Amino acid sequence: MNISVGTLTLLTMLGAAVGLDFVSFPQAMLSRPLVAATLAGALCGDVASGLLVGVLLECFALETMPFGASRYPEWGPASVAAGALASLSPDAASSGPHLVPIAVLAGLGCAFVGGQTLVWLRKFNLSVAGRYRDELVAGDSAAVVAVQWTGIIVDFGRAGAVTAIFVLALLPARDLLSSWLHGSTGPAAVGLTGAIAVGVAGGAIWKVVHTTKGYQWWLLAGLAGGTMLAAFR
Amino acid sequence: MSAAPTLPLGTWLRVFVRLFAVQGSYNYEVMIGNGIAFAAEPALRLLPGGRAGPAYQAALARHSRYFNAHPYLAALAVGALVRAELDGEDPVRIERFRTACCGPLGAAGDRLVWAGWLPFCSVLALLAFGLGLSATGVVALFVGTFNVGHVALRAWGLRAGYRDGLKVAAALGSPVLRQGPLHVARGVALIAGLALPLVLQRVRLGHSYSIGLELALAAGLAAALARWQGRIDGWRVGVLLLVGFFLYSVLR
Repeated sequence: MNISVGTLTLLTMLGAAVGLDFVSFPQAMLSRPLVAATLAGALCGDVASGLLVGVLLECFALETMPFGASRYPEWGPASVAAGALASLSPDAASSGPHLVPIAVLAGLGCAFVGGQTLVWLRKFNLSVAGRYRDELVAGDSAAVVAVQWTGIIVDFGRAGAVTAIFVLALLPARDLLSSWLHGSTGPAAVGLTGAIAVGVAGGAIWKVVHTTKGYQWWLLAGLAGGTMLAAFR
Repeated sequence: MSAAPTLPLGTWLRVFVRLFAVQGSYNYEVMIGNGIAFAAEPALRLLPGGRAGPAYQAALARHSRYFNAHPYLAALAVGALVRAELDGEDPVRIERFRTACCGPLGAAGDRLVWAGWLPFCSVLALLAFGLGLSATGVVALFVGTFNVGHVALRAWGLRAGYRDGLKVAAALGSPVLRQGPLHVARGVALIAGLALPLVLQRVRLGHSYSIGLELALAAGLAAALARWQGRIDGWRVGVLLLVGFFLYSVLR
């Protein structure tokens, strides 16, 4: 495992910030994989790998929007961990493009584990509100502020802890897996991951737009233009 | 309705900033109820008697109860509730309004933001990536575009809610909320169509395999997910395929 205490601390702080952004404050979408994984890559010295992982995870994230009170994966800390996994160099013998699909797979798993910790946070928030029930019923402003700040601070700590655990647990696993996969499978693995991610994004976009009148013509026009641009570049 | 009394700038700013933390204590009993009270609190200090007065305490107690809505459009409710409290509306009417506006604000926000603006900004950033923009450019485009809409929506909501008070339902008929999602969805379809082939091309890192195979896999997967929507999740399929590929690579 190849990570300094300084880098781990920075990743933990980034994970805490993007985890807080997801629900509690300020919901500016810094928690989206595109942003969180790219920033993690930049912190680890390889912004290009972070961006690549972020784009691939963003394609998956298009499928899981936080509608209503539904339970959904938490992409922020998971994307920070995935970006770090792709960007932190292992030993020279096991580095290569196949780190990207490993990081994407790890990011997908972490997102759903992280989502479970949000359920625990909401139950914790409920217990805090319960402790202040009498004051809240009486309209005590100190209680309102205390409940709100407790939720925000605990969410920040939760997201940071989750990020640190993900990074520390997954780096050795990545090194082991990458030593098995090194070689000709790297480029094919990246291509396969890209195809799966783009396919999932395509399905997600269809779900979003298929009730819109005339959507198919807009989609087809875009696909025709995109395919031509890709062919002639 | 008489003209809204002018809120001091400092009060308006405090309410506006607190709106960004409206989900800070989200839980399964009162949802964002405590966040609504937290956001409205600076304006409620203007009630007769100030912070020590019974009107302030009664209002704060009322607004820390159950409330659920889209977090961005909660600004509309906070503006309306603050106006109603400062106008001295009957608490029964205020309670009725709180109950009635949860559903419409949730539905309108989900449609406009989670199923509209966010996917739009996301596919716009994917297109920028596919066209070769730098990491800084892609991230700045996404964060900048999304937050122009995000911050504007919260500011408009607070302003419209405070202006109209309990008659704010008319604001939900605003062209932005009625026609906006339609135009945004068309934009999403067009830009996603443009972006996805270009993303696939850039992601391949220039390796020599034919892109045709990858395009066919992506199209087949998208069609299958569209056909069986609600029955299979794309991420689960993705995990299964990737795990299968890794196992094949290790065992072969």
